[in-house]
Amino acid sequence: MDLTGQLLQLLFTGFTLGGIYALIALALVTTFNITGVLNMAQGEFLALGALLAASLCAAGASLPLAFVIAVATLALLGGLLERSAIHPARHAPGLILIIITIGLSISLRGLALLIWGTEPASLPAFSGGGPLFVMGAAVNPQSLWILGLVALAVAGLHAFFELTYAGKVFRACEINRTGARLVGINPAALSFLAFAGSGALGAAAGIFIAPVTLATYDMGFLLGVKGCVAAIIGGLNSVGGAVLGGLLLGILEAFGAGLVSSGLKDALSLLVLLGVLLGRPEGLIGAVAGRKV
Amino acid sequence: MRVLEKIRPPAGTAGCPAACLIKIYKVNSSQIDFNSVVNRSYEDMLKNAVVLTVLIFFLVLPLLIRSNYLLGILIVTGLYTIIVIGLGILMGYAGQVSFGQAAFFGLGGYTAAILSTSCSWPTPAALLAAMVLPGLVAALIGRPTLKLKELYLALATLAFGILVHILFNEGGEITGGPSGLMGIPYLSLGGLVFDRDIKFYYLVLAVVLLVSLAVHNLIQSRTGRALRAIRESEHAAEAAGMDTVLLKLQAFVFSAVLAGLAGGLYAFYVTFISPSPFSFHMSVQFVLMAVVGGLGTFWGPLLGSGLVVALGEALRWAVPLVIPGAGGEYQIIFFGIILVLVMVFRPGGLGSLFSPPVHRERPGRPGEKGVDDSVAGG
Amino acid sequence: MLLEVEGLTRHFGGVAAVKEISFKLKKSEIFALIGPNGAGKTTVFNLITGMLAPDAGSLVFEGMSLAGLKPHQIAAAGITRTFQNLQLFGGMTVLENIMAGAHLKGRTGFLKALAAWPGSAREEKKIRQEALALLKEVGLAGLADLPAAALPFGRQRLLEVARALASGPRLVLLDEPAAGLNSAETKELADYLKRLREEGKSMVLVEHDMETVMEVADRIMVLNFGEVIALGTPAEIQANPEVIKAYLGEDEQVA
Repeated sequence: MDLTGQLLQLLFTGFTLGGIYALIALALVTTFNITGVLNMAQGEFLALGALLAASLCAAGASLPLAFVIAVATLALLGGLLERSAIHPARHAPGLILIIITIGLSISLRGLALLIWGTEPASLPAFSGGGPLFVMGAAVNPQSLWILGLVALAVAGLHAFFELTYAGKVFRACEINRTGARLVGINPAALSFLAFAGSGALGAAAGIFIAPVTLATYDMGFLLGVKGCVAAIIGGLNSVGGAVLGGLLLGILEAFGAGLVSSGLKDALSLLVLLGVLLGRPEGLIGAVAGRKV
Repeated sequence: MRVLEKIRPPAGTAGCPAACLIKIYKVNSSQIDFNSVVNRSYEDMLKNAVVLTVLIFFLVLPLLIRSNYLLGILIVTGLYTIIVIGLGILMGYAGQVSFGQAAFFGLGGYTAAILSTSCSWPTPAALLAAMVLPGLVAALIGRPTLKLKELYLALATLAFGILVHILFNEGGEITGGPSGLMGIPYLSLGGLVFDRDIKFYYLVLAVVLLVSLAVHNLIQSRTGRALRAIRESEHAAEAAGMDTVLLKLQAFVFSAVLAGLAGGLYAFYVTFISPSPFSFHMSVQFVLMAVVGGLGTFWGPLLGSGLVVALGEALRWAVPLVIPGAGGEYQIIFFGIILVLVMVFRPGGLGSLFSPPVHRERPGRPGEKGVDDSVAGG
Repeated sequence: MLLEVEGLTRHFGGVAAVKEISFKLKKSEIFALIGPNGAGKTTVFNLITGMLAPDAGSLVFEGMSLAGLKPHQIAAAGITRTFQNLQLFGGMTVLENIMAGAHLKGRTGFLKALAAWPGSAREEKKIRQEALALLKEVGLAGLADLPAAALPFGRQRLLEVARALASGPRLVLLDEPAAGLNSAETKELADYLKRLREEGKSMVLVEHDMETVMEVADRIMVLNFGEVIALGTPAEIQANPEVIKAYLGEDEQVA
C-alpha cells in the first residue's frame, strides 16, 4: 500500500472510532445541557445494549428485532435510573450527582458481568460482503453504518430541538428552569426523557459497534471516558462540538496507535483529556462549533 | 435543598473531643457568660472519654487478636483512614471530589519503592518524597480545574488516575510492569526498624492519630473556619476576603500528600509493590469510604474505612458461595450500589444515622447561577 | 474621594443591565442607590465587588484601580458587602460568622493551622474578642453560640451587616438591609448605620424602604433600566418630578 493509501486507511479507522465517540458525546452533551448531570454511566448503556442484542440474536431473534428490543429496554433502564437515582438527588450539590453517576456506572458494569460473564459476545455485521476499497484503503462497511448512525443522531437531535415543540421546550428548560416551569413545562419530565433517550442512543450505538469491536461487559467504561473527552473537547455545550470532538479524538487515536504501543493507546486519549482540562477547560472547538444544543 | 441540608453537619460537629480541656479554658477566659458552658463542657468531656476509650481499644487490640491476617487488615484500614481523612477535607469542606486518590496513593508507593531501592535513598527521605511528589502533581492538576465546577476536577482526577495506573503497568523496568517491584527495605526511623507487623501497626496508629490531630487543629483554625464558610456560601466567603480557589487547592494538595504518605507507608509495609491496588476502582472505594463514614465529621474516615474494608472482606468470602467461580471483581457491584444508595438517601453518611440532621430554617440562598441570579434583584 | 465610578457598563445577553454609570463617593458618606426592581442596583454591587466583570468603565478605590481584581482581593482592599438574599454561614454559630467575616484580620495559613502554631492561638483569641465586642455593639452577644440559621430573620439581617463590618472595611455595600424587618428593627438599623457614619464608615445602600433611605442617606442616586436618572440630596430627589414619574408612578407622592 502506498503512503496515501496508508494515511487514508488510518483516516478511515479514525473516522470509525471517532463516530463511536461522537455518539457517546452526543448523548452526554444533550443530557448535560438539560439536567446539568454528566452521565458517567453512558458507556455502560452501550455495553448493555450490545450484550443484550447479542444474546437475543443467539437465541434466534433477527437482528432488527434484537435491535428494537435492546433499544427499548435500555431506554426503559435509562429512565428508570433517572427516576430512582438522579431525580431524588436533583437538588444536591454537583459533587453528589457526579458520584451517583460513577456509582451507577460501576453497578451496571457489575450487572453485565453477573449476567453475561467475561466472555465477549459478537453480533453479525449489518451488511454482508467484504471490505470496500477506496484508493487502496480498506473500509469496513460497518464503519459506514456507524457514521450513518452519527448523521442520523445529529439530524434527529437537530430536528427535535429546532422543529418540534417538545424540543423547544427542552431548550427553554436548559436556558431557564424556573421560566420553563412558569410556562407549564416540567423539568423533571425532561430529565427523565433525556436519560431514556441516552439509554436508547447508547444501546443503538453499542449494537452498531459490536460487529467491529465485539461486546464485553467492561467495554463501556473507557468508551464512556472517551466520550467525555470528546464532549469536553467540544466544549460540553454543542451538538456540533460533540461530533467534531469525537471525530478529532478518533483520528488522533488512529494515527497515534501506530506510534505508541497498544498498551499506551488508551493513555493517549486520557492525556488529551488532561491536556484540555488543564489548558483550555472551556473546550477546544466550543466557540467554533457555535450553536448550543 | 433537602439533600443539600443533610450533607452539612450540624453546627459544632467539627469539634474534636480531644480538645475539650482547651475549649473550656478558652470559653472561660473569653469572659463571656455562655449559659451553655456547663452543658458543653460535659458534652466535651464525654466526647473526650470516647476518644480515649477508642484509643485504648486500638492500643490493646493487637494483644487480643493473635491473627496476622486481622492485624494486616487493621494496618490497611489505618492506611486507608489516612487517605480518607484527606479526601474528606476535599469533599466535605472544599465541595470537590477526586477520583484519583488511588493514583496519588500509588504514586507515593512507587516513589518510596523506587527511591529506596534503585536510588538507595534512606527510607525516611523516600517517605518524605512520597508525600511531596503527589502534592506537586495535585497542585498542577488543581490549579486550572478548581476554578471551575466540581465536574472538572472530578474528570481530571479520573483521567489522571487511569493514566497513572496504565503507566504503572507499562513503565517497563522503572515500575516493573504488571509484576511490580520487590525488595523494598523496611522503614527505619532512627534506630527503629519496622520489620514486624505489630511494630508497623503501632506506627500506623500513631500516624492516624497525628493526622487526626492535625486535621482537628485545621478545622478549628482560621483556615478551617474559611473552609467551612466556603461550604456554606461561596459568595459570602469571597466577599469576606477568602481566596476560595487557593483554599480548595490547598485542601486538594493536602489530600494528595496524605494519600502519598499512605502509599509510602504501604510500600514499606508490604515491601513489594504492583499496580493492582492503585486502580480506578480503588479510587471509587476511597470516595465510598469518605461518604459512608460521613463527610466533615471526626469519626467519619475511620468508620468509613473500617466498614468498607470489612464489607470487602465479607464479600470476598460470601460471593463465591453464591456465585461459584466468581472473582474479586464482583465486590465492586456492591460498592457501586451502596455508593448510589448512600448518595441518594443518606448523603450525610451512615454517621448521620446516629445524629439526625438538625432541622432548621435556612436563610435564602441563591440558585445554581449565583451572582447571575441576584442580578435580577437589582 | 473614596470611590470613583466612571462609565460603568455591563450587558447581559444584549440587554444593558448597567449603562455608563458614574458617581463619586466621599468618605463618611451614606450613598443610597434606589430604583425599581431590575434597575441594575445589585448589578452595580456585583461589579464593584468583582463578582461580575464590567464591559466598560473604571472603578478606583482610594486611588487604586479595582480592574481585574477578584472578589477576595477587593475585600482585602477594604470593600465588603451584604447580600440581598442573605448569605450567612447558616451552619456556623453567630460568633463564627463574625470571626469568618474577620478573616482578613488573621494570617494563619493552612500549614500553621495544621501544626496549631502558637502564634495562631493568640491571633485567634484576638479575633474572637473583637468579634464578641462587635456582637455586643449590635446587640447579638447573647446569641453568640447559636447557629446563625436559628436566628429570627431580623437578627439574621443584622448579623449579615455585622459580618460585613468585621474585617474593618472602609466601604460597606448594603443590599437591602431592611428588607423583611419590622418597623422597630428598621429604626434600630437606621440608627446603627448613622452611628457607623459618625465613626467614619462609608456605605452604599440599596434599599426599597424610602423612609429609611430619606432618613439616613446623604445623597441618593436613582437608577432606571440601568441608567442614572437623578443624583442629589434626599430633598432634591423628593422634589424631582422625573424620579416621581419613573420610580413611584405619576400619582404617588414620596413619603
